[in-house]
Amino acid sequence: MSIFLDETTPVIVQGYTGRIGTFHAQEMIDYGTNVVGGVTPGKGGERHLDRPVFNTVKDAVRDTAAEASVVFVPPPFAADAIMEAADAGIRFCVCVTDGIPAQDMMRVKRYMRRYKREERMTLTGPNCAGTISPGKAMMGIMPGHIYMQGNVGLIGRSGTLGYEAASQMKAMGIGISTGVGIGGDPINGSSFLDHLERFEQDPETHLVVMIGEIGGPQEAAAAAYVRDHMQKPVLAYIAGLTAPRGRTMGHAGAIVTSVGESAAEKVEILREAGVGIIVRPSEFGNAVAEALAKL
Amino acid sequence: MDIHEYQAKALLAEFGMPIGRGGIAYSPEQAAYRAKELGGEKWVVKAQIHSGARGKAGGIKICATEDEVLEAANELLGRRLVTNQTGPQGKLVGRLYIEEATAIEREIYLAFVLDRASERVMCVASAAGGMDIEEIAENQPDSIVRVPIEPAVGMQDFQAREIAFALGMEAAQLAESVKALKACYRAFRDLDATMVEINPLVVTTDGRIIALDAKMGFDDNALFRRPQISELRDKSQEDAREMNAADRGLSYVGLDGNIGCIINGAGLAMATMDMIKHVGGEPANFLDIGGGASPDRVAKAFNLVLSDEGVDAILVNIFAGINRCDWVAEGVIQAMQKLDVPVPVVVRLSGTNVELGRQILADSDIDLITAETLAEAAEKAVAAARFHRSASAESRE
Repeated sequence: MSIFLDETTPVIVQGYTGRIGTFHAQEMIDYGTNVVGGVTPGKGGERHLDRPVFNTVKDAVRDTAAEASVVFVPPPFAADAIMEAADAGIRFCVCVTDGIPAQDMMRVKRYMRRYKREERMTLTGPNCAGTISPGKAMMGIMPGHIYMQGNVGLIGRSGTLGYEAASQMKAMGIGISTGVGIGGDPINGSSFLDHLERFEQDPETHLVVMIGEIGGPQEAAAAAYVRDHMQKPVLAYIAGLTAPRGRTMGHAGAIVTSVGESAAEKVEILREAGVGIIVRPSEFGNAVAEALAKL
Repeated sequence: MDIHEYQAKALLAEFGMPIGRGGIAYSPEQAAYRAKELGGEKWVVKAQIHSGARGKAGGIKICATEDEVLEAANELLGRRLVTNQTGPQGKLVGRLYIEEATAIEREIYLAFVLDRASERVMCVASAAGGMDIEEIAENQPDSIVRVPIEPAVGMQDFQAREIAFALGMEAAQLAESVKALKACYRAFRDLDATMVEINPLVVTTDGRIIALDAKMGFDDNALFRRPQISELRDKSQEDAREMNAADRGLSYVGLDGNIGCIINGAGLAMATMDMIKHVGGEPANFLDIGGGASPDRVAKAFNLVLSDEGVDAILVNIFAGINRCDWVAEGVIQAMQKLDVPVPVVVRLSGTNVELGRQILADSDIDLITAETLAEAAEKAVAAARFHRSASAESRE
């Protein structure tokens, strides 16, 4: 079992016929993802990559029984695309788009509260690399071949640093059950905490690795959850030890503005909660191997 | 994006926030004329820079005559003002705001921020104004009220009243306070701000409420729909290198170390900088060149990193995901052939086609140091920087 996504999950692509959507949809199909079609308003009825194009997400869900959606819609229209997916009954949505206004995301989060928690769509991103269940399926822009199938759950705010971790693990023969990118924005669809919960329940996942960074309260919330509710071991690396206060480090959300948001403080909070700290980013592979050996 | 105090005041006033009368000046003569125009007996000459704590740095002067205004303006204009927020190089004073002096009864702290925990706009206020919020949090934490605003309906009157009463407003000031609070919230929402800070909001001796200072920050991701905000950008207040980088689609933050970094992805960039620190070095910059890492982007990145004269070595760390290491290797070689790179360069590639990429680097006649792992790359960069520094010190002797 994996969380959110396997080779049978029917996936649609929003922003399907655009240049970026087309490229990554093809990559996902080649990896084995069950892409059943896509949505581009105004192009309904056409075919693209040998699959149907729909005007609306509702049409796509009705005709293909899609359960998951990946959003490649440009920033001004991406929040709208996410809400459309939630309204059409999509269960799991990955938003790759980088550059969505923060207040648009606030509205998205507010809009999604109208659904009961158990019926609410899970949103990952925006500004993320996507989610992959190695050997089964992927939704997003990651290079699938660097991930090996296995039993480590991976959750990260960063794309390329997640790749670094996955490839260090693969080099040591360690695989991943599901890798979830939660994105680098100040307001995320879902946080570490949401996914820790799922990994704790997933029988295929034996250990979880969190890759956090400076800025925001997410890592601290995750630490409390690990302390109170997790049986499985959790390891964490926090990027941004050298980041100065008050400066945005690439990701819109990677900025230290208040107490508890620096890398050193987050490391302390996580350590106190019983999370194993990966001190150096060169040690993802070794640290995971050691922790797995103790199971 | 940040704007000046006078610009923030003008924006907030449009939404109904009461402000004092004032005018902008670019020269001492203009400053004196503004004072004359405003009339009255006392003026405040305020240096306009993108930083708080201007008063403590000598950027705010109270003047009793037009001559004093002229003199204060003379002293401030063209000077670089150093505050605890600007860094040692300070910020250039190119504009002054001349404002009528206000007789202050008491000072209040008022801010609206984007609260990441509640995912809402949050009003943060305290009756203990005149200090920055960190000081208030330390000295009088109980005086701080925090009220989250529901995005679907916006700030309600009852919420504004609760805040006003918590701030110790009297009945006669209630209507004005509610109006001021809602004005701030609407400006925040309608202009895609990330921060509005009025510190202090004052109650005057004659019972009026006035925003004595104002600071606003805006969401860069929303500027596409706020052209009126983009127009307020003052490039003299921004780091030239960072702006230059932004214009080229690169994300750059200058730091004090001596190892230049060229990396794809923000998280990997921060992690690489951490790694440099772990092995005893200091990064000179954060630089995310994005996913592509084309020869053109790599060349631009080299130029940018080398514009910092403190750089003694460069570490290139690229994870080729969608692209390929062989393309990246060729890009690095092309860039280094075109440019004269006067410092040692360490290149670490990983991801797709990594063997081929490493082979291309090894076969080229360009002088560069290769590394396979992140740790090895950081160690080699730190060693190369030390060697380069001592070698160039020797050659100067």
